[in-house]
Formats: sequence, structure tokens, C-alpha cells
Amino acid sequence: MSTPREVTQARWNEPVVMEMGVPGRRGAVFPAAEAEVAAAVGEASSLVPAAMRRRAKPALPEMSEPDVLRHYLHLSQEVLGMMNISLFGTCTMKYNSRLSEQISLRPQMADMHPYQDPRTLQGILEIVHEFDLILRQLSGMDQFVFQAAGGAHAAYTQTAVTRGYFAAKGELEQRNQIITTIQAHPCNPATAATSGFEVITLMLEENGYPSIEALKAALSNRTAALMLNNPDDMGIYNPQIKEWVRLAKEAGALAFYDHANFNGVMSKIRARDLGFDACMFMLHKTFGGPKGGGGPATGAYGCSAELAPFLPKPVVVKDEASGLYDLDYDREMSVGKVREFFGNLHIVMRAYAWARAMGAEGIAEASDISVLANNYMEKRLLAVDGVTKSHPHLDEYRLEMTRYSLEKLKEETGIGVAELSARMVDFGVDAPWLAHEPWLVPEPFTPEAGEMWSKEDIDTWCDVIAQIAKEARENTDHVKAAPHNAAIHAIDGSALDDPARWATTWRAYLKKHGAQARRAAG
Amino acid sequence: MDRRSIGVIVNPIAGMGGRVGLKGTDGAEALARARALGATPASHARAVRALAKLAPIADAFRLLACPGAMGADACREAGLDPETLPVAVTDETSGEHTRAAASAMAARRVDLLLFAGGDGTARDVLDGIGEDVPMLGIPTGVKMHSAVFAASPEAAGNLARLLAEGDARVRFREAEVMDLDEAGLRENRVSARLHGVARAPFERALMQAGKASAQASDEDALDAFARAFAARMEPGRLYVLGCGTTLRRIKRAIGFEGTLLGVDVVIDGRALALDVGEERLMRLVAGARATIVVGVTGGQGFVFGRGNQQIGPEVIRAVGRENIVVVTGVSKLVGLDPPVLRVDTGDPALDRDLAGYIRVETAPGQSTMMRIAA
Repeated sequence: MSTPREVTQARWNEPVVMEMGVPGRRGAVFPAAEAEVAAAVGEASSLVPAAMRRRAKPALPEMSEPDVLRHYLHLSQEVLGMMNISLFGTCTMKYNSRLSEQISLRPQMADMHPYQDPRTLQGILEIVHEFDLILRQLSGMDQFVFQAAGGAHAAYTQTAVTRGYFAAKGELEQRNQIITTIQAHPCNPATAATSGFEVITLMLEENGYPSIEALKAALSNRTAALMLNNPDDMGIYNPQIKEWVRLAKEAGALAFYDHANFNGVMSKIRARDLGFDACMFMLHKTFGGPKGGGGPATGAYGCSAELAPFLPKPVVVKDEASGLYDLDYDREMSVGKVREFFGNLHIVMRAYAWARAMGAEGIAEASDISVLANNYMEKRLLAVDGVTKSHPHLDEYRLEMTRYSLEKLKEETGIGVAELSARMVDFGVDAPWLAHEPWLVPEPFTPEAGEMWSKEDIDTWCDVIAQIAKEARENTDHVKAAPHNAAIHAIDGSALDDPARWATTWRAYLKKHGAQARRAAG
Repeated sequence: MDRRSIGVIVNPIAGMGGRVGLKGTDGAEALARARALGATPASHARAVRALAKLAPIADAFRLLACPGAMGADACREAGLDPETLPVAVTDETSGEHTRAAASAMAARRVDLLLFAGGDGTARDVLDGIGEDVPMLGIPTGVKMHSAVFAASPEAAGNLARLLAEGDARVRFREAEVMDLDEAGLRENRVSARLHGVARAPFERALMQAGKASAQASDEDALDAFARAFAARMEPGRLYVLGCGTTLRRIKRAIGFEGTLLGVDVVIDGRALALDVGEERLMRLVAGARATIVVGVTGGQGFVFGRGNQQIGPEVIRAVGRENIVVVTGVSKLVGLDPPVLRVDTGDPALDRDLAGYIRVETAPGQSTMMRIAA
């Protein structure tokens, strides 16, 4: 390994924008309307109905345009992550190519409005349809929709479709249970509960996945659906999956494949071939769309022809005779809307551009590279004293991710994943994803190399882990006090789960911290 | 802000029985036998390993310790300089000394009582400080079934250090203190019961809140389950409610205090009998529509046979496996290694009948499928 270099981040001590500004200062001053215009239109405020008019002007900071730009430039320089080498596991961090960005920003895309007549939307509807066909090839499903604004929302779509399907069969009251596993993404049990289902969770057993016997014990004529990931975040693939799906179907239940971990199996398996009724892809992760606060997301939800009548509407359809595309709202069995309109199409556009650029062979190769990169990284990380992996007794190669534990290092030095994450920032690399709740492995962390990070990037990242593990033994307090070079030092996290103190808006902040904020101000 | 204070009690003879095949050193006779078999104290060295983790921040907190072998020696060897409490110690330290020392620490309002020992020590410490003063065990005994123990001496030291530093990750939860009968263990007869509930610190993950959902604690989930369960109880059905903190939540949700350590019986929303024994229980469930509700012991995953022996084999047979409700927090299930539940009803044939998968309730509308080992 080589010793990674530390980087120093800008420190601006930048105030919150609401605390900036000078009364009377403006970004742009608009000319007064000409007399004829004013006479014809009247006061600008008269354009707003009286009932909707503000009584007082909004309490926005009064700033010049360069002040605003400089403020956000400073903030961007103080960002703590998602900007550097980011092996943020389960998120499949991919580079968002400039080409895709440019395409999605073209006026034909950016200036559209979903209320336009579909006859004027033929281009984008064609792309939606073409991309639907690509996803059908990758999954074996019969129809995709793109309304869901993320992976969890697509899982919710599944629970809504499940309700619709069993309601139509008159079995909804009876089938009120959904089975998932403790390693499935938490959105699966959460959305099942949101849709009113009871949730039965299966534990992992010795092989790193739940046993068929546990599944059999959970299945009954009350089961509505099986919802799971495969592989899970530990990178372990359940080889009995076909039998799982068969058993679920035999019990009369639907089977849903959460493809959050698709990268390692892209074009190796198809959900429909395994028997699944439906699946979900995250276009903002696997398909190269921006992710991590970079923009709105899209969960592509696809299902079999049997479930298609229950899909949210509208569905983009092609009239083969005329070759024209349309939005089909006339769907009697539809579960209705899970969201307005027909999806975050600029993400669909980027994903389409990605898929076309990659091609079928490219997608298959990317999958291979992601597994190779993970196993290379695993070799390197397990060579670090203090790092172990989950289920160490399993010899099989992990797929695109491996779950590690810093339990040993923490016990020996007091340096766990929290301290590691804080110190990594000093080296200009992003901290890894840890693990979803509940933590099955103590002090977990879960990096994901994917197919696009170079060997040099992966080496740098692993060098940083090795360096910090070394520092943990040689200079524990230095690691504990990290970050040293970042815009801020370790923060007090005690308010994170305290509703009396957290504030996600300025108004909430003033309400909850008003006295304190005023004291600080003056 | 005042510096936090940590009290240290070491049970110097804890763990001596283990290496010579005894099941512990509770009582003078057992200790004498352990010594005769050549046992040497191991508790001191393990306590030093934990306390060494506190040495780098010695100035940041106040340290109180029992004199000599009961604490101060280990502190000094770890490079710490404790204030010694004027409590009685003798060479043959006994439970009485531990209780008196713990009680003196509580009077000094320590923020944490860090003790080194096993289940017997935990029991005595709890008796001395009560349910409100946080306690944390450095595992040095033979039997450590109580939930107040850290996984290793180092882990105990690290957690105590975080607490001393005022780290926001340190939270507190109810932890069961178990009471195992050593004499029985030496005859290969396990009989454990819940001795009481302590307040124990744990380190909570407070990171990456952007992606991890705010982790609802097990305690909130179980309180919600208790309310939902109380609301759906069937009229005319007899409910046999086991012991422990989870069951206490259900008892409280139904509307009575119940017994923490005993088995209570409820019908139509009122307590029919408190702290019942096996025979009375058998008379009550005979011919009745009944449901048994039990928790899971932490660490080992026992459903029957640890602390709730009153719910004997005949009672379980009379009620039927399909009428058994198991309730516990997800983190307790996750903490089981291997991830299986156990039963030890005293009737091997019944144990075999109970084996197999069972749904464990963890929150309203949420359950986890667990295997009861054969």
C-alpha cells in the first residue's frame, strides 16, 4: 500500500442563507412597467386573487446575485461527501456522464410539460417506450411504469398492486401478510406496513440467507406477497431462489424482486425467468442517473401481463398500426395514482442514454467488472488488521458487495465505523455506507466498487482504510478527534433523533431554538 | 459542566470456578473448593484490561473505587488514580461487601457503576444500587447471562470511556440481570430466573441519518405491541403471561402492575392470579381456552425453562403450541448467535414437539420467523 495524502478542505464558517443579506439589497432590479402596459395590466399584485395574496412580503434574505452565488460556492466547497471517491455501498455510485446530462437538458426534454397533448410528446413517449422494452429484456417482465420517485416508492407500488390484485380476486381480507427477509431493504417491510399488511420477517441462517423451511413456515393462505432482494447487501446470492418463488406461487402469493442489488447480476439472471411476478430497478443508481441528493430519483416498476391491469396510470402505450404513442388513462383495474403524471422523465432519459451507450454486451461486462472489483477490494480490505467480514465461514465469492465489520479494531482501539468515517474525510475520500437497521454485524461497513471506479481509485480508498487502522493503534486520539482538515469537526449527533431539537426548515429552527438562536445572534 | 463520575467494583474471586470446572464461586464453600483445585484469580487482570481504556482520559472524569482488591488495585495498575471509598473489604469478599459498596457508590451519585464479575456480582450490584443507577459489567465471571455485560473487557472499557466523555451515542436501556443457581448447575441442572432489571448503557448508532431511518427503539416497538395486544385480547380466553420486562409492558398495557419475576394470569382484562406456581397454573388452564405469552431471554434465546419454569410441560401441552405467543425486540433476536430459540421445559419429548419455526412478535403487525432448536 502507499500512504494516502491528506487534503485540506475550505473552511468558510458560512452562515445559513437566512441569516445573510442587507435590507434593500437586490439581485435584480426590474424596470417599472411602461405607462400603457401598467394601464392595461394594472398592479402586478392584482393578478393574484385576493384570497391567495400574501399579507406580508416573504421573509427572504435580501442579497445581490454575486453574494448568492458565492454563498453556494462556499457551501459546495464544504460538502462532506458524495463528491470524491465514493464507494457508497447499496447505492451503486456511478458517474453521471456529461453526455447524458446534456441530452436530458436539451430543450426538447427540459421545456416539456406533462399537461401537453400526447401528440406533442411523441419523442419522449417513444423514449419511455423504448426504455420500457430494454427493461423488459433485462427482466423478462411485460410492462414497466416510471411514476415511482425512488426505490422505496417502487416497492410501495408493488404493495399497492398487490392490494389491487387480491381485491379483484376477493382475497384481500384473507391475504393480509407479506413475507420479507431481515436483509431485504427496509423499504419492503415499511411499504408493506404502509399498505396495511402484516409483515413476517425471515432471519438469516448459517448459509447467510434464510432457510426454505423458514419460508415454508411463514407461507400460508394468508400470504399476499414475498418481497426480497437477492443478492442482499452482504453480497450473498440465495441459490434456492427459484424454489422460493415456486413455493410462494404455490401458496397463492405474488413474488416481488427488489433489484436494489442488480449490479452484480445484470444480464446474468432475469426476474421473470426465476418466476417473479414483478421487480423494480433504480434508474438513479444502477442505470447511471444522478444519486445522493444529485436530483430526483426514479424507481422503474415492472410486472407480468397478469398484474399489468393493476399498474398505476397513465401507462405509455404504442399503437402499432399508426406508430403513435399515447398515455393510457383508460384502465379500469388500475390502482390509480402513486404520483402525479408519468415519472421523472429526465431520469428515464439519462437511463436510456446510459443503456444505449453501454449496449447489451456492455451491461453484461459491467456486471462482471463490478463483481471482480468487489472481490479485489475484499482481498485488500481483509488484509487490514482489524477488518473482518460477515459470515467469514462462507468461501463463495461475494457478488458486488461485501459486508465488513470493524468490531475487532473497535475492541482493540476504540476506533469503530463512526470514527473511521470521520477520519476518512481528511483524505478526501467519502466514507462508506454502513448497514441498514438492524445491524446484524457489529460496527458494519459496506463499500461497493461497481464497474466504473478505476483500480487506482479502489487502491486509494483501501489505502485510506489501512492508514486509519494503523493510526488507530499508533495515535488513537488523533483518529478520535477527526476530521482535522474538514470544514467542520465532529458534530454532536445527540439531536438527530430528538423531535424537540431537530429542525429541517428555518421556521422549525426558529421555533425550536428561537431563544438560543437570538442569544447567539446578539 | 460537572465531570462525570464512574464507580468501580471488582469482585476479585469472580471467574475462579470456571477453569477448574466448577460453575462459579458463589458462596464460601465453592470458593474454598476452587482454591483447593488450584484456581487463581482472573478477575483482576480482566478488570485492568477494561480500565486501561479509561487511562488516556483520566483527567476528564471522576473515579471512585472500592479499596484494594475490590477496585483500587486494578485502577492503579491501569494507570488511574481513584478516590477510594471507605467501605469494608476483607480477603474473602462476599456478596454482602459488594452490595454495601454498590450502595455507597449510589449514595455518591455515580453516573456509571463499572463492575467486574459474573452474574452473581451483577445481582449484588443491582441489589445495592437499584434500577436507576446505570451499571455495566466487565465480564470476568463464569456465568454471564445477564444483559448488563459488555462483550469483552475492552468493549466495557470503551463504552465507559464514551460515557465519561459525554458522547451522544451512549444511551440507556433496561437490561435483565439473571440469577442462576450454581448448585444446580454443578449437578447439570440449569435453573435460571430473572433476578431484576438494571439500567445499562449501550452505544447507539447515530450516523448517516440521511439514509438510515431513525431507528425506533425496541422499547417503543414493544410498548406499541403491548397496547395492540391488550386491545385484541379475546373475551373469555385465559392469558398466561410470563415473566420479564417485555411481559411487564403487556401487563401494564392491560392495566395492572403484575409481577416482574413471576407468571400472572389474566382473563377479560383483569388479573386473575399473580405469581402463580405450576400446580395452580395447571388447574387454571385445564379445560380453558388459553394463550401463553412469553418473552425470550437475551443472549441465549430461551423461550421456556429459564425463569418461567412455572409454565411447566403439562401446562404447555394443555394450552397447545398454536396458542403460544412469543414476543421480543428485534435487537434481542439479532443478538442471538446462532440465531435460534431454545426450550428446556424439563420434558425432552415436549421440547422436541416445540421445535421448529415459530413467529416471534416484535411490533404491532410485525413478526420474525425463528427456529426453536430441537
